[in-house]
Amino acid sequence: MFYRENGQFKTTYRADLQIFPILQDRIAIGLILAAAFVLVPMLSSEYMLKAILIPFLILALAAIGVNILVGYCGQISLGSGAFMSVGAYAAYNVYVRLPGVPLVLTLLLGGFFAALVGILFGIPSLRVRGLYLAVATLAAQFVCDWAFLRIGWFTNNSTSGSVSVSNLQMFGLTIETPLQKYLFCLTFLVVFALLAKNLVRSAVGREWMAIRDMDVAAAVIGIRPMYAKLSAFAVSSFVIGVAGALWGFVNLGSWEPAAFSVDRSFQLLFMVIIGGMGSIMGSFLGAAFIVVLPIVLNLALPLIGQLVGVEISTAGIEHTQVMIFGALIVWFLIVEPHGLAKLWSMAKQKLRTWPFPH
Amino acid sequence: MKVRQLALVVALASAGLGMAQQALAQEKQQFFPVLTGRTGPVAPNATPWANGHNDYMKLVNARGGINGVMTLIEECETAYATDKGVECYERLKGKHGGATVFQPLSTGITFALTEKVPNDKIPMITSGYGRSDTADGGVFKWNFPLVGHYWVAGDTVLQHIAKKEGGWDKLKGKKIGVVYHDSPFGKELLPIIQERAKMHGFDILNLPVPAPGVEQKAIWLQVRQQKPDFVIMQTWGVMTPTAIKEAVATGYPREKMFGTWWSGAEPDLKDVGAAAKGYSAVMMQHGAEPQSAVVKEILDKVHAKGQGTGPKEEVGSVLYMRGVMGAMLAVEGVRAAQERFGKGKVMTGEQARWGYENLNLTQAKLDGLGFKGVMRPISTSCQDHLGANWARVHTWDGSKFTWASDWLQADDQIIRPLVKTSAEKYAGEKKLTRRAAVDCGS
Repeated sequence: MFYRENGQFKTTYRADLQIFPILQDRIAIGLILAAAFVLVPMLSSEYMLKAILIPFLILALAAIGVNILVGYCGQISLGSGAFMSVGAYAAYNVYVRLPGVPLVLTLLLGGFFAALVGILFGIPSLRVRGLYLAVATLAAQFVCDWAFLRIGWFTNNSTSGSVSVSNLQMFGLTIETPLQKYLFCLTFLVVFALLAKNLVRSAVGREWMAIRDMDVAAAVIGIRPMYAKLSAFAVSSFVIGVAGALWGFVNLGSWEPAAFSVDRSFQLLFMVIIGGMGSIMGSFLGAAFIVVLPIVLNLALPLIGQLVGVEISTAGIEHTQVMIFGALIVWFLIVEPHGLAKLWSMAKQKLRTWPFPH
Repeated sequence: MKVRQLALVVALASAGLGMAQQALAQEKQQFFPVLTGRTGPVAPNATPWANGHNDYMKLVNARGGINGVMTLIEECETAYATDKGVECYERLKGKHGGATVFQPLSTGITFALTEKVPNDKIPMITSGYGRSDTADGGVFKWNFPLVGHYWVAGDTVLQHIAKKEGGWDKLKGKKIGVVYHDSPFGKELLPIIQERAKMHGFDILNLPVPAPGVEQKAIWLQVRQQKPDFVIMQTWGVMTPTAIKEAVATGYPREKMFGTWWSGAEPDLKDVGAAAKGYSAVMMQHGAEPQSAVVKEILDKVHAKGQGTGPKEEVGSVLYMRGVMGAMLAVEGVRAAQERFGKGKVMTGEQARWGYENLNLTQAKLDGLGFKGVMRPISTSCQDHLGANWARVHTWDGSKFTWASDWLQADDQIIRPLVKTSAEKYAGEKKLTRRAAVDCGS
């Protein structure tokens, strides 16, 4: 009843092509943004910001990057963790070796080097596809792990192999309190999400999707597979690299290659699969599912245990959490194989026709 | 719909319940958060540590608290993962009136928290792990590697080997393999070994093992080819028994294998049993101490009342004792702080930090606490956050550990410059200045 576009006429191409063509959507997005920038900072505790929201924002950004490659261009990648680590270590090296480079530029440079490495490891995609490509990109993971563990130069010859940054500043403002960090990451995420959304609606984005749907047919109608695939690798790795730099700089502060292990690659891929392939919205939902749900379960289980009069041991909570989480993944994939984003769009469709479904 | 409503009610009710309980627990309690590793790759080793820690905290309460202030513990599971550990830290640091001190029991988590504790003003005890350079209190105000760190362990184990060989000069031209966890935890050991190698002219064979360390065939093949004269192991969790089993399979003599502090406990060896006979490990101060007074008191006052955290059999084992010692250090720091800031009061993290920095555990005090024969005196200062650098070596006789050496002391002449250089480098990267003399008095 309320969610219906009747009477909203588009009189210009511009109006027809905007990201959210329905007025209600625009209002909703405006409200969400206002809530994220104003309401959340006012209401959230330090724990909420540091342990839940900041990791969620950064991993959502990384998931957008993975979604561009996997969801939009159809190139399955298991090297996302590696691209994150390249972003983080490249930004660290810029930070240590070139003092005076502004923070934002440092992080973007991290993304730039990740894009270069991404292109390099994207080259096999010109010859192999699907699961074989996944295995080929796995090489990126091992090469990067090895390089950051073994080559002292990357870690500024730190004896332990762990690097750290602190006293982050931007335009003379420090980025130290959880709130500042949250807003910093949120700004990055909003800008990148907007860029990504526009990119996938553009000519380049349509090329990627054509390649995903059938690369031979795409090549026949004049899309250059090499350009399309490598550009997807570059853009995707760039976004993932920036997310990696943020993860190291803002979230961890001190990190080692294990922070970007193959587990991280799988985690990001699962975010995209569970959230919804080929959907920016899905990246957010997937990140929320993978990052936030385990923590919520972990916090809720002892309380539920108390309620029924059972004290669950620390290890018991951990095991139960993993079991419930695994079961939920399976359940979601059975109920909706197209991911949470599909559920969301179905809900929207239902709302549109409500209360008369026919 | 009904299910959803019910779930909502349950969630709300449980949140309310939690708050009510917090309100009740406002009376004089000193909160000690416990980061545990009861699951994951180090579970067999980290579990006794947590049990020992918690049992000692219960014992402190049975003894009447810290001048009347009761100890309160809450666990959070990290599974030895750094991001989970950081989440746990954020979760626990503000609870129950604020955390007194953190003991992360993981080098990765220690590195991450080292960046966070100065802002939150919470001290961190990292006995035997973490950054070795944090012994320099002038740069690391909030870190306390009390009792020892990796470089103390590395130096003393080399001393033991040299002594067995008949002097440092006998090591010249020898080859020493170092099997280490390929992470900051493993690599932290290397500087001291390299330093000693330079001094005495022995060669090092680096043998890094990728985490979690259950895949070591290639490493031990290398050992068989290269035939190092000794092997030092910087391993933790499931990788230690794996390494020993591989050594047995390759036929490398266990008498020539030496573990550091984290690679020489019962869970590492009991599966291998008699085949591991002859394996030694260096212990900072304590070892397995089933006969000590504190263990008898725990059995008497905690386990006999059915309040023991873990199984009774592990009480007094190596890692259990390490948990007991960790808890004792945490509590004694608070006691020291109370001397200055008010007896019988709950200390904040900042006040407790003063206590850890001015710890003076004399032998008489330690004996009184039940640590006779277990530990040697520890005293810290503003510059020295280490407190003591004594160690002993124990050897597995097939079913239990027996002491194989007298007390060894790490060579301060070598370690102090290493610590200082490393701390200076850290301070330089972070643009930190050394603490002023005034700050030391505070």
